Amino acid sequence: MYADLIQFFTTNWLGQAIVILAQCLAVTVPLLVAVAYMTYVDRKVWASIQLRRGPNVVGPFGLLQPFADGLKLVLKETIVPSSANGILFIVAPMITFMTALVAWAVVPFDDGWVIADINVGILYLFAISSLGVYGIIIAGWASNSKYAFLGALRSAAQMVSYEVSIGFVLVTVMLCVGSLNLSDVVLAQSGWFWSWFWLPLLPMFVIFFVSALAETNRTPFDLPMSEAELVAGFHTEYSAMTFGLFFLGEYANMILLSAMGAVLFLGGWMSPVPYAPFTLVPGVVWFALKIAFLLFVFSWTKGTLPRYRYDQLMRLGWKVFLPVSLGWLVLTAAVLQFGGWVPKP
Amino acid sequence: MSDVEIKTLTMNFGPQHPAAHGVLRLVVEMDGEIVERCDPHIGLLHRGTEKLIEYKSYLQAVPYFDRLDYVSPMNQEHAYALAVEKLLGIQAPERGQYIRVLFSEITRILNHLLNVTTFAMDVGALTPPLWGFEQRELLMEYYEQVSGSRMHAAYFRPGGVHQDLPAGMLDSMEGWIKQFYPFLKDIEYLLNDNRIFRMRTVDIGVVSSQQALDWGFSGPLIRASGIPWDLRKSQPYDVYERMDFDIPVGKTGDCFARYLVRIEEMYQSVRIMEQCVAALRTVGGPVRVDDRKISPPRRGEMKDSMEALIHHFKLYTEGYKVPAGETYTAVEAPKGEFGVYLVSDGTNKPYRCKIRAPGFPHLQALDMMTKGHQLADMSANIGSLDIVFGEIDR
Repeated sequence: MYADLIQFFTTNWLGQAIVILAQCLAVTVPLLVAVAYMTYVDRKVWASIQLRRGPNVVGPFGLLQPFADGLKLVLKETIVPSSANGILFIVAPMITFMTALVAWAVVPFDDGWVIADINVGILYLFAISSLGVYGIIIAGWASNSKYAFLGALRSAAQMVSYEVSIGFVLVTVMLCVGSLNLSDVVLAQSGWFWSWFWLPLLPMFVIFFVSALAETNRTPFDLPMSEAELVAGFHTEYSAMTFGLFFLGEYANMILLSAMGAVLFLGGWMSPVPYAPFTLVPGVVWFALKIAFLLFVFSWTKGTLPRYRYDQLMRLGWKVFLPVSLGWLVLTAAVLQFGGWVPKP
Repeated sequence: MSDVEIKTLTMNFGPQHPAAHGVLRLVVEMDGEIVERCDPHIGLLHRGTEKLIEYKSYLQAVPYFDRLDYVSPMNQEHAYALAVEKLLGIQAPERGQYIRVLFSEITRILNHLLNVTTFAMDVGALTPPLWGFEQRELLMEYYEQVSGSRMHAAYFRPGGVHQDLPAGMLDSMEGWIKQFYPFLKDIEYLLNDNRIFRMRTVDIGVVSSQQALDWGFSGPLIRASGIPWDLRKSQPYDVYERMDFDIPVGKTGDCFARYLVRIEEMYQSVRIMEQCVAALRTVGGPVRVDDRKISPPRRGEMKDSMEALIHHFKLYTEGYKVPAGETYTAVEAPKGEFGVYLVSDGTNKPYRCKIRAPGFPHLQALDMMTKGHQLADMSANIGSLDIVFGEIDR
């Protein structure tokens, strides 16, 4: 009987489909809860920076606020502007939301805890995060509104620019690891917390984090939805759940990039001290803590910094980050080659 | 190849726009992100204030001045009160004058706090406005204590102020002044040396001193362009000539200079407040003229004096008659020179009341300041102009 069940789930196509579905749910459900509470934490962090209380009415300490917001968005009417392209208008937020979720397939939560342990994990992440820009462009175009259009153009230009520097950062990490598999990336960083890549590749970590801010359209790079100029940028015309999907997608993307930061530079699921009792804590907890730390920095920058202007942002991306990351890539390659540290496959 | 005609993108900015500061509507012509022309359309908040004042007695006109520039109400009442006093040939008693100067400076801080912090919000910093609003809240409590209203005070009346300060206010104001210095330092720490804030404001919307004169600038805007012009120094009214304060002057005339001038003006306003608080501890006496034909009697007096009752009735129905004549009286409002041109024909109502609002000439310079800049700089420029539509549309 027991052997039959194992046989069913490992060989039968239906059994495998059930397993995959369960795995997807095991990732997306906690992820969506994390997104919901990220909005809550975000608001609480800004509130304390701004000497306010933040959400504190719905539930104890306002803990039910994200669900109240979600319920409101679901129940509201979705308004499609009469001059908009109806189909694309509805499809765009779905694309944004889906690309933000799909990327999680390759993220290792703990040793072996990964849905698809593929050998080109980094490339996959990179490809998926590039696709996210389509949702935004389509949204801006389909809304048929000037604010949305300008916001979408800005966003597209911005995401493409910073993708380039993120690309070089990823290549540098790949050089040090000798593999494109994200689990291997984490395993290559075993040891004390100073042997994680954030210290040897510190400039790249900084560039990665700033590019991640730009990639997710967060302050100081929140030009696509800069309210002072473009009202709400590409999602000006969106309401109800179509807006909600953009919002969820944005936060899911933030968590994704924080997870990437944790995997690439902060040792993924590794504990900072390689001895008990630290190693007894499950790796997924360390991983979550590292993501939470990066997300806190996201909120912190939002509470502190003003916004770049469009041309300044492009200048920073192309004239500062691109040369620096390119130079550091060459430097890393040279050090690895001549120092004899090229990782063995 | 044939000539290609490039059409500019025409965008409607406002009136429902988060950075429009009220009901500003701009028709912006853009070449990509570059603003080619921006054309302000005004009048959406026109309420006919000037005409309404012609049908009100002199006292009833006071609240209209609160509602012009609703961020700095008392300074405007001040201009009107001074104008009426000039026509009547009276002067507010010393204590009343000190109270008026004290509250004028509180109003200046209220205005600059709002402007400086929302300017920061226009360039993307979300935290300063919320910090500033807490301080504004404390100041508006002083408003409430003296007048019963947090914004539209109607506290400065021709002949002085409506009533004396409540007990204990000077002590609490001293406490407020003490905690305000570190607060302003915090705001400066957050913005002054912030690289992004400087990138967004330095060399944006530069106005040379000649241009500032040509466009009729006044207040912090003309001072930021390098012209030390302040009516509190050049034509002191009330007790300003007894006050010791400096006029900050900018050098560059860009958005950053305008921001710095406003920050420094807040420090100077606090200095004036300190001096007023100290003076009010010693200067006693009435707070409004002791002439029953102009200022109403106390309520207690009316209980046993027939004359007081008659005076009260006359003042609150017919009002007082003002001798025929005309005057242009201006004060240094937080936004610039706020003037009232008042014509009296000897009746109990003004024949004409023309209001010179500082925001009006400032707004017309927006096109000149913004041409050739990015769209984002337009928001910064609007923020640094400090426009409020209550006074522009009147």
